Amino acid sequence: MTNLLLSASFAERFTLNFIKEDRWKYIVDGLGVTLTITIFAVIIGIVLGMLVAIVRSTYEKTGKLWLFDKICRVYLTVIRGTPVVVQLLIIYFIIFGSVKIDKIVVAIIAFGINSGAYVAEIFRAGIMSIDNGQFEAGRSLGFNYAQTMFYIVMPQAFKNVLPALGNELIVLLKETSVSGYIALQDLTKGGDIIRSRTFDAFFPLIAVALIYLTIVMILTKLVELLERRLRNSDH
Amino acid sequence: MTTNSAELNKDTPLIKVENLVKSFGNFNALDNISTQIQKGEVVVIIGPSGSGKSTFLRCLNRLEEPTGGKIYFEGVDITDKHTNINKHRQRMGMVFQHFNLFPHMTIMKNLTIAPIKLQGISQEEAEKKAQSLLDRVGLGDRKNSYPGQLSGGQKQRIAIVRSLCMNPDVMLFDEPTSALDPEMVGEVLEVMRDLAKQQMTMAIVTHEMNFAKEVASRVIFMDDGKIIEENTPAEFFKNPKSDRAKLFLSKII
Repeated sequence: MTNLLLSASFAERFTLNFIKEDRWKYIVDGLGVTLTITIFAVIIGIVLGMLVAIVRSTYEKTGKLWLFDKICRVYLTVIRGTPVVVQLLIIYFIIFGSVKIDKIVVAIIAFGINSGAYVAEIFRAGIMSIDNGQFEAGRSLGFNYAQTMFYIVMPQAFKNVLPALGNELIVLLKETSVSGYIALQDLTKGGDIIRSRTFDAFFPLIAVALIYLTIVMILTKLVELLERRLRNSDH
Repeated sequence: MTTNSAELNKDTPLIKVENLVKSFGNFNALDNISTQIQKGEVVVIIGPSGSGKSTFLRCLNRLEEPTGGKIYFEGVDITDKHTNINKHRQRMGMVFQHFNLFPHMTIMKNLTIAPIKLQGISQEEAEKKAQSLLDRVGLGDRKNSYPGQLSGGQKQRIAIVRSLCMNPDVMLFDEPTSALDPEMVGEVLEVMRDLAKQQMTMAIVTHEMNFAKEVASRVIFMDDGKIIEENTPAEFFKNPKSDRAKLFLSKII
């Protein structure tokens, strides 16, 4: 069998893996699933991360929100202390075990909650990196705590952590490749299904790898562009 | 609380400080301070480093939370926990040693964000006022610059204008020229001198003794968290009464 495949021409193998029986659909549909999970998980992650970061830095600055800070710490410890695959499996088989729910939604929730923990620490580092004088200037003008955070501290913090956030986005995109554990057909799973049908590992897996690589390169470029735009005020 | 701002007459001090205490752990940064600032006064606070002068100034708008005592601003006890300090801070401008301009905003945005968001003034009106104040300090052409493009002296003049845009009743200056290159000190003092001429009430922590002599209506000399001496600048600099003040003046002049 292997010899047969090796002796087959490049074009024949390409046809076998992607054209025959419309196998390219596994790749395209999988890519759609991967992107859907990533995009919605990023949104959940950023919102959750920002909230946790604000709670934690408020506690560090003022001593307020003690209870919320404790809850956030537990969340960070648990999420960062366990593998994302295990979290995904727990959320699918235990938390939503007896509920009929779309697997994509489960994956979005799992990866969103996971990413939130990392984004929270990124944002917290960003908030703490802003000079306290900025905070005092805002308060001295009459802004309350929340307004000072929103108008003055967060925009500067966001700019400082953009490279780290871009990195987290890239990591998240690649981490969704374990979605196959709950039988979701994402990009990785799609490629693997083709491999199991055609017994050719090279074409489907290299194709999958190249697609991830391309998306990551595009994302990197986009983050760079955004960084350059936000850096306008630094001269 | 029977007084309100409507009942304020000319004799009510703009700021009245009663037995103000601020401690950090066991250390008393401010030890039972009492004084008053009248409308139109320029009070210069001097003293050796660590004497508590900056802490005192920062307590006046509660950037530093007092440990004890009372501060009345326009007749209202602002140390009362139920007072909305944000409202009162709008009427107390503050200028910092390190300017603390908002680096992510243009100069015009720095000047107009607080009036627009806090006082509900239209953008057009806020910009008009900011522009006229910018012109007054000689920086009318820098409204579209970012703080990072300005010199220290220019930044501090902008910081003063940022406070003025809120129409404050008093301006607090916390060592406004200490972080500046020597040749830029003059331009900032010039703006402050101008404000004094227009009867702006000011409390200034500074090491610029000549400026204090010239502009102050009163000098407060502090050491070890206490007010040691309070007098007109002419009297204070010529005939300091306390030994501590004599020593201090002999070292710096």
